Amino acid sequence: MIITLQHYLVLSVILFAIGAIGVISRRNIFIILMSIELMLASAALAVLSFSRWNLLPDGKALVFFVMAVIAVEAAIGLAIIIVVHRRKKSVLTDDLGLLRG
Amino acid sequence: MALINSHILTSIIFLPLLGALILTVMPSRWKVEIRIISLVISILLIIATGVLFWIIDPSGEFDFIERVAWIPALGINYYLGVDGISLLMMLLVSFLLFISILVSWREIDKRVKGFHILLLVLATGMLGVFSSLDVFLFYVFWEFVLIPMYFIIGIWGGKDRFHAATKFIIYTVLGSLLMLVAMIYAAAQTGSFDLMSWYAHKFTASEQLWLFAAIAISFAIKIPLVPLCSWLPDSYSEAPTAGSILLAGILAKMGSYGLFRIAMPSFPLAVAKFSSFIIILALIGIIAGSLIAMVQDNLKRLIAYSSIPHMGFIVLGLFVVDTDAAGGAMLQMANHGITTAALFALIAMIYSRKKTMVIDEMGGGARSMPILAAVFILISLSAIGLPGLNNFAGEFLILLGAFQTQTVFAAIALIGVVLIAVYMLWVIQRIFFGKQKGGEAERVRDLGFREYMILIPCIALVVVIGLRPQFILSRLQKPAKVFVELTKRVEMIIPASEYENNR
Amino acid sequence: MLELIYRHISLQALIWAVVFLPLLGAAFNGAISVLTAGKERALYKQWTAFIGCLAPILSFLAVLTLFFTLIGFEAGTPSAITGPLFKWIVSSDFMIDVGLKVDQLSLVMALMVSGVGALIHIYSAGYMWNDEGFARYFAELNLFLFFMLLLVLADNLVLMFVGWEGVGLCSYLLIGYWFDDPAKAKAGTKAFIINRIGDVCFLGAIFLIFGVMKASGADSAVDIFNFETMGRYSGYFLPISTAISLLLFSGAVAKSAQIPLHVWLPDAMAGPTPVSALIHAATMVTAGVYMIVRLNFIFVLSPFALSVIAIVGTATAIYGALLALTENNIKRILAYSTISQLGYMFLAIGIGAFSAAAFHMIIHSFFKALLFLCAGSVIFALGGEEDIRKMGGLKDRMPVTAWTFMIAAIALAGIFPASGFFSKDAILWQAYERGHTLIWVIGFLGAGLSSFYIFRLAGSVFFGEPNSEVEVYKKVSESPISMVVPMMLLATLSALGGLVGVSEIFGGSNHLGLWIGDLIQDEISRAPGNTSQGAHLILTVITMLWSAHFSILGWLIYAQKRDWPDRISRKFSPVYKVLVNKFYVNEIYDLVIIRPVIWFSRNILWKVFDKTLIDGVAVEGSSRVIGVIGLLASAAQSGLLQHYLLYFLIGAVVVVACLAL
Repeated sequence: MIITLQHYLVLSVILFAIGAIGVISRRNIFIILMSIELMLASAALAVLSFSRWNLLPDGKALVFFVMAVIAVEAAIGLAIIIVVHRRKKSVLTDDLGLLRG
Repeated sequence: MALINSHILTSIIFLPLLGALILTVMPSRWKVEIRIISLVISILLIIATGVLFWIIDPSGEFDFIERVAWIPALGINYYLGVDGISLLMMLLVSFLLFISILVSWREIDKRVKGFHILLLVLATGMLGVFSSLDVFLFYVFWEFVLIPMYFIIGIWGGKDRFHAATKFIIYTVLGSLLMLVAMIYAAAQTGSFDLMSWYAHKFTASEQLWLFAAIAISFAIKIPLVPLCSWLPDSYSEAPTAGSILLAGILAKMGSYGLFRIAMPSFPLAVAKFSSFIIILALIGIIAGSLIAMVQDNLKRLIAYSSIPHMGFIVLGLFVVDTDAAGGAMLQMANHGITTAALFALIAMIYSRKKTMVIDEMGGGARSMPILAAVFILISLSAIGLPGLNNFAGEFLILLGAFQTQTVFAAIALIGVVLIAVYMLWVIQRIFFGKQKGGEAERVRDLGFREYMILIPCIALVVVIGLRPQFILSRLQKPAKVFVELTKRVEMIIPASEYENNR
Repeated sequence: MLELIYRHISLQALIWAVVFLPLLGAAFNGAISVLTAGKERALYKQWTAFIGCLAPILSFLAVLTLFFTLIGFEAGTPSAITGPLFKWIVSSDFMIDVGLKVDQLSLVMALMVSGVGALIHIYSAGYMWNDEGFARYFAELNLFLFFMLLLVLADNLVLMFVGWEGVGLCSYLLIGYWFDDPAKAKAGTKAFIINRIGDVCFLGAIFLIFGVMKASGADSAVDIFNFETMGRYSGYFLPISTAISLLLFSGAVAKSAQIPLHVWLPDAMAGPTPVSALIHAATMVTAGVYMIVRLNFIFVLSPFALSVIAIVGTATAIYGALLALTENNIKRILAYSTISQLGYMFLAIGIGAFSAAAFHMIIHSFFKALLFLCAGSVIFALGGEEDIRKMGGLKDRMPVTAWTFMIAAIALAGIFPASGFFSKDAILWQAYERGHTLIWVIGFLGAGLSSFYIFRLAGSVFFGEPNSEVEVYKKVSESPISMVVPMMLLATLSALGGLVGVSEIFGGSNHLGLWIGDLIQDEISRAPGNTSQGAHLILTVITMLWSAHFSILGWLIYAQKRDWPDRISRKFSPVYKVLVNKFYVNEIYDLVIIRPVIWFSRNILWKVFDKTLIDGVAVEGSSRVIGVIGLLASAAQSGLLQHYLLYFLIGAVVVVACLAL
């Protein structure tokens, strides 16, 4: 079986969907954060596959940026979670309804 | 000095703003100094506008013109100029600013600095409204007035002040937005915000109707015209005295001035079409406003409602489109400003003695404070329109002009003249005559020095304008004539066939 | 004497002085009043009284000088104008001057106003001496005189209107002079408001006149409201003369207390008695008559308006007389009498006899002022008592008051040779002569009633047994000299004043009628016929006998047989009840006009219309609707991150789908 672009893209979509569902359905901020990482990674995978398919190097460069963003996001996100946890004694989104209209 | 001479209007307009800047750097505990500086500025304004009014050439042309390109791409200029009526209004602004500062001397004791800064900023806005000849500039100053007034009502007002301030701002902003849309459209048609180019432009009939409606609604809210008047009792009665004075004395006149300066001469066809409708609204205001004022049990609300019939007369005077009536209406703008300011100041003085605004809790005031009662009666007589006092000349001219063109409407307005007397005399009877209420032991002080300082200029103006209205009228005649010529040119600019089609 | 005056003062200055002297007095006394406000008792009373009386006296002397000057004019009409002092209101197409004019009519009226005014000022000095608002009183009274003289001497209609409103104002202030009493303050307010109704009609007439004058092509560089200019263009008034006349007459109805706007005058008796004498008997209430006589050239154009005036006048004449029969308050009796007598004047105007109206106006002011002054003297002596049932037998204690009162009463009853005989006769004869028999009959009945009520008053107060308490009666004494002297002077005028207008059949030459004849178009509405001297004499004698008979009857019943009236009133109790309640006019107005208007204003206009409909439904309603929409929108804002992300995702899918499709 030859692994083609479609396979990569389908994998990317599946990963993205898993991430999205995770973000929307889970209550624990850690899990949400991890799901976001997963979505970013799936996007990076899609970019990388296109880059390989088009034989262009731009996509590879972009992926480095995405990885940097993932790292930064994880760092800031964790920091925020820690602060929130200190105040609210909770890491569940149900308890964080400050912007309720 | 030469710079000031060539930019005299700009200097006048921004003098209060300069004063406000000076106040911002003063420590807020220097209350007396803050008041004195504001007072000095208002006196300077009175002198400056007074001198201009004295020397202005009564030719009906705009004088002291300043014109600088501001946003040339959109045809917006910094374009100032005044004629008799604008200067009269500016003089009124200065005078009422002076009165407002004096009435607030004791009444406002919290956040004195902020209050005076807002008053001065307000003055800049009001002076600007009355001297702009560029519609966009007019709009900017128009909106400029709202914000300080919102805070004056909202911070220093009575106990229901938030509600009143919110109602005031929403009502007026709603009108302003309509006006802005109409102005942008009109400017797009004429290619400029220059008022003179609006006068010269031939708007089509339907354009005129829509533009006039949109702009006039905004002015009608400010006046206020029935049925857009429900913000008035709340705002007028909740605002601190200075706020009420400026609301009734100036902001209401901004509406009628706007009609006079922008809406009516620019869209004569719409005036011809709407005039009966608006006159009927004014008449409803005159009659119903008087009747509602008559049955109020709160003194300040009564005086607040009493603005509606008086403004109704002014609107009537403008919309019968007659030189006499228009001149009278303009004179009446100044007269009503003076009279109503004096009345608001007087009821504030009564309140400071009796600690109540409820009419039924007063009575016998003429015994304990005879001079205050005498002044109140004099000012009320002026409001009633007794000949020899200021309101008579204006009302006489309005009704005289109205009788020539709209006899039936004018006859109905005459009923209002009776009703005004009814509610004023009735309230005098209830608060000043009869047995003293609140116990014999209650000895209240009659007028003090500061109060004389407020009332004597008002009385002087009431009497002097009543005896020699000619001094002012002679400066209003030509503007009135120009206004009538512009507003009556229906046939001239619209081909007869098109006019008929649009009817 | 005249030469000396002319050398120092011009005629114009003299005319101005007539008007402005009282104003100066008012300013002086007003200043005293303000400066001493809040003090327990009046200060500087001597000064107040001196200046307050001096101003009207000087003013009267100035009028007198003018009178002699004008009589001396040999050729032309005896009139003088001051020319404009300044231009008051100038507009592009008209202007109003402030200028005065002395002619035959205004001179006679000014003589009366300033003369009677001066006497009443002197009287007031005695009457009000112990009042704490002495200076305020004199300031207001002087101010009244100023406005009244302005009204009389104005050379144009608008300036006359200034005086017209001004006297109304002073009347308001003086009726409510003792404002501590709510009823008195209310009476003042009522008077002003009712007068205001008339004023507004007057204004309407001015505006209509303006329209006429503008159309007539009169030069707009002169004051088109000037009486002379108006008179010159009088023909142009014909098309709308009825409207103008009726509006002007409505103004006069309010000011001169005719049906249906008469209700304020009886209440106006709340003011001090000299005020009632000056304002509500002699001068202000006759201003309506004066105004119509002045503008007779408009009224004669409209026969319809004249008949309305005649009907209203006749009805008022009999109505006032009927009400005076059952009233028990001494001042209110006189007030109803004034209403009735003013009715006679309007009756005369209505039949076109303007000079008879003017004649009766002058004579009436003499004897009615005197009646009030006597009443004031009685009230003063009895310490404020105004009920005639508690008086009686006062002639022994206060003879001057009693006899001057009798002279005035004879004049009012119209008994020869007192002044009222001539003036009333002039009116009634003109009514008969011009063929208005019904009006004559009613006038004749009214004359009898007048005699009856005034002698009822005289009998109850001055004759018979004293009904007051013994201590009070014993303390009663004649009033001070400052009050008695004006009464005696007025009594002389009441007795002899008729001489100015004795008609031809009594061998007189009707000076007054001839004097003002130039200004009046009497002849226009005069119907031919019925003119015979014999008939006139017979009617006159009958009328006089009729009046004399009622006079004696009234005097007899109320001086001797005081129990009769009670029996009569019990017998005719329904009629009596209606009369005592003044035909329920006040109650009807209250029920039909005042209460409904207030109820409507409060409950419909204010609470339902303004508060509920406009403010509640329209304004607050729209803000509430927006609030509800906002609530719905904000329900979506759960504050949960995932919800927002879900919306975002859905949105993204929709956008992509849209793009893809």
